[in-house]
Amino acid sequence: MARAVTNRRKALNTLVAWSVGLLIFFPILWTILTSFKTEAQAINDPPLFLFFDWTLENYAVVQERSDYMRFLWNSVIIAGGSTVIGIIIAVPAAWSMAFVPSKRTKDILLWMLSTKMLPAVGVLYPIYLLFIELGLLDTRIGLTIVLMLINLPIIVWMLYTYFKEIPGEILEAARMDGAALKEEILYILTPMAVPGIASTLLLNIILAWNEAFWTLNLTAAKAAPLTAFIASYSSPEGLFYAKLSAASTMAIAPILILGWFSQKQLVRGLTFGAVK
Amino acid sequence: MAFHTRALLGACAVAALCVPATAETLTIATVNNGDMIRMQGLTQDFTDKTGHDVEWVTLEENVLRQRVTQDIAAKGGQFDIMTIGMYETPIWGKQDWLVALDDLPASYDTDDILPAMRGGLSLDGKLYAAPFYGESSMIMYRTDLMEKAGLEMPDAPTWEFVADAARKMTDKDNEIYGICLRGKAGWGENMAFLTATGNAFGARWFDMDWKPQFDSPQWKETLSFYIDLLNEAGPPGASTNGFNENLSLFQQGKCGMWIDATVAASFVTNPADSTVADKVGFALAPDTGLGKRGNWLWAWALAIPAGTQKEAAAKQFIEWATSKEYLELVASKEGWANVPPGTRTSLYENPEYAKVPFAKMTLDSINSADPTNPTVDPVPYIGVQFVAIPEFAGIATQVGQEFSAALAGQQTVDEALAKAQTLTAEEMEAAGY
Amino acid sequence: MATQHSRSAARIMMAPAVVLLLGWMLIPLTMTLYFSFKKFLPLRGGDLGWVGFDNYVRFVSSSAFWPSVQTTLIIVGGVLVITVMLGVLLAILLDQPLWGQGIVRILVIAPFFVMPTVSALVWKNMFMDPVNGLFAHLWKFFGAQPVEWLSDAPLFSIILIVSWQWLPFATLILLTAIQSLDSEQLEASEMDGAPPLARFGFIILPHLSRAITIVVLIQTIFLLAVFAEIFVTTQGSFGTRTLTYLIFQRVLESQNVGLGSAGGVYAIILANIVAIFLMRIVGKNLDS
Repeated sequence: MARAVTNRRKALNTLVAWSVGLLIFFPILWTILTSFKTEAQAINDPPLFLFFDWTLENYAVVQERSDYMRFLWNSVIIAGGSTVIGIIIAVPAAWSMAFVPSKRTKDILLWMLSTKMLPAVGVLYPIYLLFIELGLLDTRIGLTIVLMLINLPIIVWMLYTYFKEIPGEILEAARMDGAALKEEILYILTPMAVPGIASTLLLNIILAWNEAFWTLNLTAAKAAPLTAFIASYSSPEGLFYAKLSAASTMAIAPILILGWFSQKQLVRGLTFGAVK
Repeated sequence: MAFHTRALLGACAVAALCVPATAETLTIATVNNGDMIRMQGLTQDFTDKTGHDVEWVTLEENVLRQRVTQDIAAKGGQFDIMTIGMYETPIWGKQDWLVALDDLPASYDTDDILPAMRGGLSLDGKLYAAPFYGESSMIMYRTDLMEKAGLEMPDAPTWEFVADAARKMTDKDNEIYGICLRGKAGWGENMAFLTATGNAFGARWFDMDWKPQFDSPQWKETLSFYIDLLNEAGPPGASTNGFNENLSLFQQGKCGMWIDATVAASFVTNPADSTVADKVGFALAPDTGLGKRGNWLWAWALAIPAGTQKEAAAKQFIEWATSKEYLELVASKEGWANVPPGTRTSLYENPEYAKVPFAKMTLDSINSADPTNPTVDPVPYIGVQFVAIPEFAGIATQVGQEFSAALAGQQTVDEALAKAQTLTAEEMEAAGY
Repeated sequence: MATQHSRSAARIMMAPAVVLLLGWMLIPLTMTLYFSFKKFLPLRGGDLGWVGFDNYVRFVSSSAFWPSVQTTLIIVGGVLVITVMLGVLLAILLDQPLWGQGIVRILVIAPFFVMPTVSALVWKNMFMDPVNGLFAHLWKFFGAQPVEWLSDAPLFSIILIVSWQWLPFATLILLTAIQSLDSEQLEASEMDGAPPLARFGFIILPHLSRAITIVVLIQTIFLLAVFAEIFVTTQGSFGTRTLTYLIFQRVLESQNVGLGSAGGVYAIILANIVAIFLMRIVGKNLDS
C-alpha cells in the first residue's frame, strides 16, 4: 500500500521535474535544432520542430568564414591556464586561512571578494593603457592573467570552504608523527582536498570561458577566444538565425559537454560553505 | 587578369616592397556586412599577389566601433587596417591618427573615386580612408503591393505620398506592413535615418551658434510624423528594428516600403535570400518640398592607423581591396549585382553594371546628397545624417534612446524632445561649446 | 594552538594571493581616480588639464544618473528574487525521489554553461522577436497579439534572460544544502503530521538560510556587472541603462574618459555599499 503511494508520488514528481527541466533546457535545444535548418526554415511560420531537412550547411559556412579551431584553442588555453594558475596561487592562501586562522582571516576573505566588485567598464581605459605599456594586448598570457585575477577571489573562497571541512585532528595526528609541512600538504591534505579542487577547477573554467568583457576588449586576432568568435555572427545582414545558432552551438558545445560529464563533481563541490 | 596582376606587382616593385622576405601578416578589423565577408573569402587573391597574409577580426557593427575607437584613442596599435566610416575619418584624420593615402600609385586612379565619397573621406584635400563601398539612402518598395494599392511610385516622391501609400499597403492580418523604418536606438541606426529625414522637414541639430534645436517646431513635426506613420503602418517591434532587422522583414515580404541604405538593394533583389527579389522597385528618398531630400551619404572605408609597423603592406591591401580590379574580381565570381557599390565612377560607366536594376538610382541618390550643405536653414556642421564633431556619437545615441522610447509609446513626442534638448545642451556644454 | 612558526608560514603562503589582488585593486583604482579629476577627451587631444570635482558633479547631476542606479537595483533585485524563489522550489523538487534524476539535473544545469552573449542573442532573436520569435508564434497560436518584449517590457525581459542563466547556480547550491538536511528530522516531522507548508517553513527554510545568503552574495557580485545582456538586447534603451552601462556610454561612446572614470568611482562606491551590507549578513552567517 505504502509502496504504491510512493510510486504514484514518484511518478508525479518525475512528470513535474521533467517538464520543468525540459522547459529550462528548451532555449538550448531550440538553438541546436535551428542550427541544422536552412535560413528559410529557421523562420518558418509555424515553427518547425523535428520535421525539416536536416543540414550541416550552416556549420560549413561558419567554419569557412572563421577558423573555429583557433578560437577554440584560445578559449581552452585562456580558461584552463587562468584557472590552473589561480589554483596554484590560491591553494596555499586557502590552506593557511583554513588551518591557521587569525582574527583577520574573515576580513581578508571578504576583502578579496570585494575586489570583484570593481566595475570592469570603469577601469577598461587604465587597464588598456597598462596593457599597451606591457605589450600584453592581444596576447593569451595577458588575458590569462586578467581572468586569473578576476576569478582568484572565488577560487580562494571555494578552496577555503573545502579545507575548513577537513577535520583538524587528522593534521594534529600527522604532526605528532613528525610529518613536515611539505609532507602534510602532499600526503594528507591533497588527497582529501582533491574533490574540492576539482570542483573549483570546473566552476572557474566555466566562469573564465564565458567571460565576455575583457576577452573581447583586450584581444584582436591572435588571442581572441570564442566570445569574440560569436561577435561576428550577431546581427549580420540578411537572414541569420540558422548561422547564429550554428555559431552559438559551436561556442557553447565544448563547455556544455565538459560540464555534463563532470556535473557530479561540480555539484558535489558547489557549496561555497553553504552546507555546515 | 594576368595583366592586372603584373601591373600590381609592377607597382609594388617600384616601391620595393614585394620581396617575399618582407611578407607581413596584416590584422584587419572589419564589420560583418555581406560585402566584407565576401572580401574575406577573396583574401587569397591578395596573398597570391603580394605574399602578405591577412588575419581578419570580423565584428558586429557596434562592437567594431567600440573596439576600433578604443584602440585608436589609446594608441593600442592592435590593427593595421580599420574599417571606419565617413563620420570617423575626418575627426581621426584631424588628430593625425590616420596615415594619409595621398601617395597611392597612378594605376589606382584616385580620381576615379566618386567625388562625394572622396570629399567625405578627405580632410584638407588629403584622402585618409579609401571607400570600400559607398551608399546613400533610397526607397525600396514592392511593385506588386504598390499596384494592388492602386498607386504609382514617382521617381522622386514626397513624404505625403509615401505616408499615404504606406497606410494603403498595410494589411496587418496578413503581416504586410506598409513601411519599415529604423527604430533601434543608436547614432548609426535610428538617428541616421531621423537626422536625414529631419533635413527634409527643415529641422537641424544646431543653429549657427551651436545651440541644440530639438525645441524647434520642425523637429516636433519630424518626430510626430515618423512615430504616427510607424504606429499605423509599421511592423511590430519597430522601436527595436535596425538595418538588419528591417532587411530580414523586407526579404520575407513583410514590408511594403523600406527607406534605407542603397546597398540593401543587392540583398533584396538576390533571389537566394529574398522571397520578393523580382518585385522590388526603387525611388529617391522622399522630400517635403523644402528643397532637401532625406538621403544620406555614407561610406565604409579602410584606413591605416598612424604608427603601424606595416604601413606599406597595409597600403597594398587597401589598393587591392578598393581597386577597379577588385570590382572585376567580384563580378567574375559573383556577378555584377554583388560588387561593392558606390565608390568608383568607372563602375557606373560600365555598360555591364548599368544593367543592374538599382545602379542608376544608387548613383542618383549618392549624387543628390550634400554633406556640406545638408539642411534648409544654415548649420555650422558638415554631414547629412551625422554632425562631424567628436561628441556626436555619444550624444546622438542617447537622443536616439529617447526617440526610440517615444516610438515604443513610453513617452510623448514632447517629452522625448525636451529630454533630447536637455541632454544635448549638457553634453555640448561639457565639450566646451 | 598555532605556533609562531606556522603563523609566519601561513603569512608567506597567503602573500602571493593578497599581493596580486592588492595590485589588481590598487593600480586600476589609482589610475581611475587620476583620470576622474582630469578633463580627458581622447578625441579632442587627450589630457586637457585638472578640473577638480567637475566630473563628479557632472556625472551625478546628469539626468541619466539616478534612473541608472534605480535600474541597476531593480535588475539585481529582480534576478535575486526570481532565482532564489525558483531555486528553492526546484531544489526541493529535485530532492524528491524521481526517475531520471541525473538527466533532469543535467537539463537544469545547462543554462549556466552558456556564455552571456550567446544567451542574450538567442533570447533576443529566437524567442523575443515580435515577428519571428517563438513567443510571437505562441501568442499568435492562442490568438493573442504578440508582445514586443524588448520595448514593451524591457526590464522584465532582461531580468528573465539573466535569471535563466543564474537559476542553475542557485538551484545547485540550494540542492546541496537540502540534501545535507537530516532526513530523519524531516521524516519525524512528517510522522508528527506536520503539514507540508509548516515543514517547509520551520525546517527546510531555516536550514537553507545560510545557502541563500551565499547565493545572494555570489550572484550580486556578478549581477552588478551585467553588461553583455544589455549591450546585445536593448543597448540601454527603454530605461534599461544600468550604472555599468552608463559608464560604458560615457567612456566608450562619448569618449569622455574623465567623466566615465568619475562614474567608475561612483560605481565602486555603490558596489561597496552593497558589499558591506551583504558582508555584514554573510559574515555573521559564516561565523555561526
